[in-house]
Amino acid sequence: MINNDYLLDSKQMADFVADGFLRFDELVPKELNETAHKAMEDRTIQGGRAGLPFSQIWTQDSPMRRIFDMPEVQGIVHSMVGPDPLYDHQAIHIVNAGNHSGQIWHGDAIIDTRMHFDIQFFYFSHDTPREMGGTMILPGSHYRRICETDIARYQNFLGQLPAVCKAGTIMVVHHGMWHCAQPNLTDQTRYMFKLRLNPTVRQVRLWNTDDVDDPSIPSLLSKNHKWYGNDVRLEFVNRIKFWRFLTGNEQFDMGYWLSRLENTPDNIAVA
Amino acid sequence: MSQFRQKILVLYLHTPNLDSHVVAWSEYDGTGKSHATTGDSDQPPYNSVLSAMKDGWRVVQFPQQFPAHPGMEYQTAYLRFEYILEKMEKIDD
Repeated sequence: MINNDYLLDSKQMADFVADGFLRFDELVPKELNETAHKAMEDRTIQGGRAGLPFSQIWTQDSPMRRIFDMPEVQGIVHSMVGPDPLYDHQAIHIVNAGNHSGQIWHGDAIIDTRMHFDIQFFYFSHDTPREMGGTMILPGSHYRRICETDIARYQNFLGQLPAVCKAGTIMVVHHGMWHCAQPNLTDQTRYMFKLRLNPTVRQVRLWNTDDVDDPSIPSLLSKNHKWYGNDVRLEFVNRIKFWRFLTGNEQFDMGYWLSRLENTPDNIAVA
Repeated sequence: MSQFRQKILVLYLHTPNLDSHVVAWSEYDGTGKSHATTGDSDQPPYNSVLSAMKDGWRVVQFPQQFPAHPGMEYQTAYLRFEYILEKMEKIDD
């Protein structure tokens, strides 16, 4: 049973709906970062078959098991995908020292039409200054229906966000997030551990919903991302629909965007 | 004898108006003198397509505009207002 204190709150979930990610700085303690970093260097972190229960991946003494058993991380997992998620895949992303080329922008997997969503963890075991990368994400790109490297022509966006962070930082991103590894101009190899999890339950009100009616929620959901240009209002619609899915509140709106479109009266006016 | 090579600049705009501001950009340099990559700048090289035109860039492709497919009116995918510009640059033999 997850302690409510470790669950995300509604404001964090609203940020996730608007941005497609949440970031937790220096969440993992130093000793565990060093152990995990060594394991990544030694390539000793064994994965498993896609679709297995996540609980069956890794031994109890694996540094990754110890990290993902931390109550803070369990709280994130539960809030997003609920109890008993499935393991999808993991990857140790390595950018060699002196690599001056950025990876092309891409989304993982293929076009995904679900409202249900997977999460991907990006875990940084060591300090990652800008000259080392890290992984670049494009906040707010998670609803875009593209197929993997279809977006490779793009190079730069207003608001693109490199994961410049301290050791122990974890980001959790929606599966649709556009991202790319960045050049590593240092003389140190850069590592990032990625893990994808799938839900096994309907993703409705899995977080601490005590503040679900907080008056700040609509404004959090109304955040603009400058690269949207004229499409920002279409993204509002995506967010409203996603918030309805997550909360089960089919009447939710921010502003009047969907209410206006749903107003299709059939009753005949009395003469 | 001098030869020319093509440089390509791709600008993505806020609206279809060529004077609206740039929200994303890419550069491909056929001269080989520069090598742009992802995430290498936080500010666009020009504020608009019109600004780039004033600096000698030629627009070689406009984005076409189509009505949304039925059922896909609210779906988003690629950046819609993509303008491709070129500049021919002399290289030494």
